[in-house]
Amino acid sequence: MALRWAMKALGPKTALVAPASCLNVVVGLWPKTAPNFPFINMAFAAAAAAASGISAAFKAKDSKFPGKVWGKMTSLVFAGDGGTTDIGIQGLSGAAERNSDILYVCYDNEAYMNTGIQRSSSTPHGARTTTTPFGKQRFKKNLPAIVAAHNVPYVATCCISYPIDLYEKFKKAKEIKGFRYIHILAPCPPGWGFASEDTVKMGKMAVETGFWILYEVENGEFKLSKPSKKYLDPSKRRPIQEYLEIQKRFNTLSEVGLVKWQENIKNAWKYIELELELKEKKE
Amino acid sequence: MSQKEQEIKFISGNVAAAYAARSAKVQVISAYPITPQTTVVEKLSDFVDSGDMPAQYIKVESEHSVMAALVGASIAGTRTFSATAGQGLLYMSEMVHWAAGTRLPIVMTIASRGIAPPWNIWADFTDVISQRDAGWLISFASSHQEIYDSVLMAYKICENEEVLLPMFIAYGGFVLSHTSKPVIIEPDNKLEKFLPPLPDEKGWPHIFIDPERPMMHGNLIMPSGFYYEFRMKIHDEMMKSTHIIKQVALEFEKIFGRSYGNGLIQEYKMDDAEVALINIGGLALQAEQAVDELRQEGYKVGSVKLRHFRPFPIDEIINIAKKVDVIGVVDRDTAFGSPTGGAVSSECKSALHNTGIDTIILPIITGIGGREVSVEQQKEEFKILMILEETGELPKDMIHGTLWDGVLEVK
Amino acid sequence: MWKIIAESKDKRPKLQNYKNWNELPPIPISFPCYGSMGETGDWRVFRPVIDKKKCTKCGFCWMYCPEGVIQKSEDGFFTIDYVYCKGCGICAKECPVKAIEMKRESEFE
Repeated sequence: MALRWAMKALGPKTALVAPASCLNVVVGLWPKTAPNFPFINMAFAAAAAAASGISAAFKAKDSKFPGKVWGKMTSLVFAGDGGTTDIGIQGLSGAAERNSDILYVCYDNEAYMNTGIQRSSSTPHGARTTTTPFGKQRFKKNLPAIVAAHNVPYVATCCISYPIDLYEKFKKAKEIKGFRYIHILAPCPPGWGFASEDTVKMGKMAVETGFWILYEVENGEFKLSKPSKKYLDPSKRRPIQEYLEIQKRFNTLSEVGLVKWQENIKNAWKYIELELELKEKKE
Repeated sequence: MSQKEQEIKFISGNVAAAYAARSAKVQVISAYPITPQTTVVEKLSDFVDSGDMPAQYIKVESEHSVMAALVGASIAGTRTFSATAGQGLLYMSEMVHWAAGTRLPIVMTIASRGIAPPWNIWADFTDVISQRDAGWLISFASSHQEIYDSVLMAYKICENEEVLLPMFIAYGGFVLSHTSKPVIIEPDNKLEKFLPPLPDEKGWPHIFIDPERPMMHGNLIMPSGFYYEFRMKIHDEMMKSTHIIKQVALEFEKIFGRSYGNGLIQEYKMDDAEVALINIGGLALQAEQAVDELRQEGYKVGSVKLRHFRPFPIDEIINIAKKVDVIGVVDRDTAFGSPTGGAVSSECKSALHNTGIDTIILPIITGIGGREVSVEQQKEEFKILMILEETGELPKDMIHGTLWDGVLEVK
Repeated sequence: MWKIIAESKDKRPKLQNYKNWNELPPIPISFPCYGSMGETGDWRVFRPVIDKKKCTKCGFCWMYCPEGVIQKSEDGFFTIDYVYCKGCGICAKECPVKAIEMKRESEFE
């Protein structure tokens, strides 16, 4: 769903680099494929650097053959949470620091889903995966914040349940030059333990409970996105139990774990309030 | 700025490599510093930032990303270059295989250094040798001019449609990288006659990024699919590249006047030699001095410089074996666990298998970790070969079938 | 000759078909086509059926379909391509007026 709407926004003048992830097998076996734009499969840790190379080549071609399509191409990375938060973080950090002209998209299904649901740094606390059979002890890595700390032109978080918001963010990112990062929450029915028809409902609940916050950081300026704005008020947020109960992967979550979840959500929103206050003071 | 006239510059091997990249009009460079290759990336930075070289320079954060960026840039249809050494080459090993599997004409110079632990930054070819089965052509340079010339020849070989494989050009770290000698830098008008043109808008013939011709590379292929055959093709085309390497060396000699044997090997005083020593890299050049000194003393010896380790020049080695009775193959690398010496001697030995030629091949390993190899030492090696030829007596201090020459003994 | 894969979209073959390793290009590249994983409609257990009487043409089903098999037809209503629909049920769940019902595949055989 994420790829469908992202490509609607970006159009055919895109070159996509996909490291090892669900995308590699979803698209079909040789000699057939599905995407109608150039698509390169790449080694696991190499996606960000390969996309940097492609974007440099576009610049080189643009200076050699000016006025053609090369100056308008977007170099895109579509990586999973494993290929971004774990093995790909070196490449991601390097590309962000260089302000490499690429659009890096992380679609986050909160585990290594393609190889059968193993835990990744993006797996939240208490989730059951094949490598954490009694629930993960550690917490979810806050990657959008890490990338924003690199002072890049654009960082955004999205969710597949809000496709129009996703579309607009991609359209905005397309026009910006420099390193852009978009982090999409993508619920996975077999991995998280819920029926496939509830996928959109699950994404919506993640935002409605205040766990997944939709925001943008444009040139250091923090902006809360429309769907998340009303959850600044804690009374409007749905209780996190509702989100955790219907996913089978949180079966083993203890009372202590639940309290930790609630605290984390409260702290995350406090941080956002501070950011917004700072912004108001500046203005 | 272009090179209008031929110039002779007094530069180090590393800087010669940088000049070669500039002469070849490379479009994308991605590099990460590592001793002893640092001056290559520094000189390239100099060229690019001063506007002397219109290339894109990506200053990546690790060697793995160096190769990943080169793969990306090459897929998009540009001429690429980089340099690395020892540990860096090992770190990018996954992507080295990826580049060969994608058949990209990338050229990379390696200022070879010893493998850690323990830390060692001096000349030792184990790093390049460890990548011998990846599918890259491997070439060794023994002089500063040869580094410059090999890079130019490399682009002509690799971008040929029948080859389309990447190439390593290895030379000894600190031995060639940091010492300086006069190097001839060729003018643009001569280079245009020799080098292939830069890839056009359409990119390479087999892979391209073009929104008008969408394609996907690197799908899954089942075992019942053509995976086996695609990999077979890499081997097939590499073996067939020997004739292109020879062709290019001949063409190079015609245009620039410098000869490198037949491209694959370079023989020195082999016509009436009774024993021969095969060397790789700088030691091969030094061996020629040893040959001259021994010939003055009346010994009939010859030396061979092995320029290309991959593809392995099997016909040339067989011809040499027919000329002499004993060959010493000197490896400046280790291949642990092999009873037939380093990588080069193992391949030489297997080249003679089933040919009926009974030339003795003596595996020698020397100079590991940059240990100095003097002319005297090489003359001793020749003398050992001569004793072997006359009496059939193997040297006394062989270890597991190999002569480890120059081992330290503190008295 | 394998070089035809570098030609433009109209000149190159729709699907590459090689008999032996001599015909192969140096690397495997794939061309985009419909149904690259086969006719995934076979994977269905439940089939979504739109009730035109209840449909308000809001387009939510089209928006949320992960595969893009729901397309707008000329009369403004939406049609589902049953050759590729995998039967995930998201369209039925998200329809605000409950105009889509998930019926068992066996009813249609």
